[in-house]
Amino acid sequence: MAEQLVKTYDKGRVRALDGLSLDVEEGTVLSVLGPNGAGKTTVVRILTTLLRPDSGSASVAGIDVIKSPEKVREVIGLSGQYAAVDEILTGYDNLVMFGELYHLGKKQAVVRANELLERFSLTEAAKRPIKTYSGGMRRRLDLAASLIVKPKVLFLDEPTTGLDPRGRQEMWGVIQELVKGGVTLLLTTQYLEEADQLADEIAVIDTGKVIARGTSDALKKQVGGERLEVVVEQVHVAKTLEIVAAVSGNKATLDEGLRLISAPVSTGSAALFEVLKSLDSAGIHALDVGLKRPSLDDVFLSLTGHAAEEKKAEIEEKKRGRK
Amino acid sequence: MSAVNDVAIITRRQLLLLTRVPEVLIFSTIQPVMFVLLFRFVFGGSISTGQPGGYVQLLMPGIFVQTVAFTLAGTASGLAEDMKKGLIDRFRSLPISQSALVVGRTLGDSLLNIVVLAVMGIAGYIVGWRPSAGLGNVALGFLFLLFFGYALSWVGVLVGLSASDARVVQNVSFIVTFPLTFLSNAFAPTTGMPRILQYFAEWNPVSTMVAACRQLFGLKNQFGATAGSFPSEHPLTTSLIYMVIIMLIFIPLSLRKYRHSVD
Repeated sequence: MAEQLVKTYDKGRVRALDGLSLDVEEGTVLSVLGPNGAGKTTVVRILTTLLRPDSGSASVAGIDVIKSPEKVREVIGLSGQYAAVDEILTGYDNLVMFGELYHLGKKQAVVRANELLERFSLTEAAKRPIKTYSGGMRRRLDLAASLIVKPKVLFLDEPTTGLDPRGRQEMWGVIQELVKGGVTLLLTTQYLEEADQLADEIAVIDTGKVIARGTSDALKKQVGGERLEVVVEQVHVAKTLEIVAAVSGNKATLDEGLRLISAPVSTGSAALFEVLKSLDSAGIHALDVGLKRPSLDDVFLSLTGHAAEEKKAEIEEKKRGRK
Repeated sequence: MSAVNDVAIITRRQLLLLTRVPEVLIFSTIQPVMFVLLFRFVFGGSISTGQPGGYVQLLMPGIFVQTVAFTLAGTASGLAEDMKKGLIDRFRSLPISQSALVVGRTLGDSLLNIVVLAVMGIAGYIVGWRPSAGLGNVALGFLFLLFFGYALSWVGVLVGLSASDARVVQNVSFIVTFPLTFLSNAFAPTTGMPRILQYFAEWNPVSTMVAACRQLFGLKNQFGATAGSFPSEHPLTTSLIYMVIIMLIFIPLSLRKYRHSVD
């Protein structure tokens, strides 16, 4: 789908994409996972003809994005980070308008709008202006707008960023329905959990490059599954490091400021229990103990050696400079 | 043909917006009507024109031109709003003519101008405005005004697409349009201005438009016409040239900007 894409901003000072290559098999879901500024949105914008790459090539459903953008636009659906619908118009108005712009004809556009409103449980809110919708409803309407002509390839750029947990769950349900219907989907996200739930395959990207690719299980194995974390008082740090390492069978790491000792474990709560027992028999009182599921930070830490958060701050800085 | 259709859909969207938020229409007519009343009753008494019918005859063309000049701000802030909300991205990812969104927007803003001009005309009539020319010429004058608004609307497209924030757009548009409308013959004779400003005012498209409208509405343009200069002798031709030049420059620039709006 995408070959060696390069896109730079600010006269080459910021490399948003640095030779990125991707492909999605027809009828499958690929999730592009990465922190803010990794280049997720830039990839989507290039594949949806909104942006031209500086170099490299890309095609969607076999159509060249750079040579025939107008043909690509006929087969794609795009739903972005913002709900890109008219706030003042009603949900119904928006869908009819977009249907007409897809050249469905007024009658067909009305039929389709009602179908989609029904499908995304928005019928009740159909005649209300979008600005009265909740975040989740907006996103659903935005998604509906991108499905008006049953696209061959659907792009969802961070469909749940900024939604509350309930809105996120709803959105996941809707997307899972779509996936069952057999759509080719490229989904970008910052959340490992989301990629896990929705995607067949995950491509982790950082600084404009794909740094890992595989099924979510494969990636998690690479990250090392769950981590055991223990916080103790300063005097017990050394001993605790030993105990945690022994239980996990891996090297334990220490965050000195937080006096937090952690190590990857594969046995879950059993490991937690064992550590508590060992600490107890050593007479150490743990201030905090827990199991942490792998987060995007962990993926990043293990794949790139730097934390996602630092990266984010750095890129934000660059973005501000650009504006 | 489908391009025409696309444009029509976008224009209709804008009219639909007006029915959903009638405040927009109300405020875009209240302001010019307020100007009519303020100028008519505040300055009308103290500016002697020697014109039959008094100051209001000269004032109305000035206010008409000023009002259509503000189309620039309307178009610009509307587009900036769409940009901010990501709507432009959606439109650009649709299989529609790439210029439909901006062309539709400029046409929609012109339609709004028709309503606003009609309301102002009525308000003017109530406070004593009586164009002495025939109906044909008066109609031609209004057509001229709409055309001028349309040309400026394209400047607004460029401003709207270039700015990063809708509030900036408002401010920039006002900073451009206010001096242009006041450094002209619209409200007062230019003869009282410093010499250098007189030259500016004389060649100012707003002045030539105002002079052209006064002529079409059957008035002698007594305000500031530096006798013998080209724009004062041929305000209609000069205005027409200005409009064509504005469109020749800003339509291609704006469309280019739109196509590359995020690169």
